[in-house]
Amino acid sequence: MALVVVDVMPKPEILDPQGKAITGSLTRLGHQGLSVRQGKRFEIEVTGDITKERLDEIGRIADTLLANTVIETYAVRTEG
Amino acid sequence: MAPRIGVVTFPGSLDDQDALRAVRLCGGEPVSLWHASDELRDVAAVILPGGFSYGDYLRCGAISRFAPIMSEVISAANRGMPVLGICNGFQVLCESHLLPGALMRNEGMRFVCRTQQLRVESNDTVWTCDFAPGELIDIAIKHGEGNFRADPDTLTRLEAEGQVVFRYIGNPNGSLNDIAGITNERGNVVGLMPHPEHNVDPLVADSLDGRMFFQSVLTFLQATQVAG
Repeated sequence: MALVVVDVMPKPEILDPQGKAITGSLTRLGHQGLSVRQGKRFEIEVTGDITKERLDEIGRIADTLLANTVIETYAVRTEG
Repeated sequence: MAPRIGVVTFPGSLDDQDALRAVRLCGGEPVSLWHASDELRDVAAVILPGGFSYGDYLRCGAISRFAPIMSEVISAANRGMPVLGICNGFQVLCESHLLPGALMRNEGMRFVCRTQQLRVESNDTVWTCDFAPGELIDIAIKHGEGNFRADPDTLTRLEAEGQVVFRYIGNPNGSLNDIAGITNERGNVVGLMPHPEHNVDPLVADSLDGRMFFQSVLTFLQATQVAG
């Protein structure tokens, strides 16, 4: 089965409260100099070949549903 | 005849019954609307209630935005029908692009549940026309993702055009400019994180300031009926 991955991340200028909480936790655990931002990874199994049309379709899905482009960016790629 | 005001129930809505009850207590005719239907049942206004529709999966409000009823709500709102989004309903309105901006996880990651003082910044909306501008009111808040965010241009426009409707006195969630609620350019769509439907009955609330939201829209609808 062909796999398309969509990564969604909070925009750099947007405060990421979850990433900030994780960064704070790392500092408390003694890890210095690490700054975390938390995003989402969607794995989409595609029946049949991954064509340009399919990737465009998944791009539109990412743009309308998987990411909120007011606060997030997304990247679509094939894997495997 | 009392104006018919619809309240949409999504899977995971929690405050739909409270909103229906608030409509009735304030003199409107409450009408239940169902997420999977595309029938607005001749309502004159729509309320999207609080709760955790679809378990807040993906993003708060992101899946509800594509419910069949929302296509009807979006077209009706674009024609000028009054629409109020409360808490999760506000998140649905932002996801639907009926209102600008987005609501993120509270700064500090804490869920807040308390009575919150707000300042009414604009009474130039159909849901706030009975308030005095600058009025201080007490309304319940209970949310984990009420941190209002918008890009700088949008924020400047909201402020310049008087589209900030409510501001927190003492910011509970990190919202930009202490924004608790906003409206669209036309003033018929309002979204806010606080819950006016929880402040309508002296049995459960000290403040009855929430009544004014429902009275405002009834004032507006009755005025347009007379005018029409």
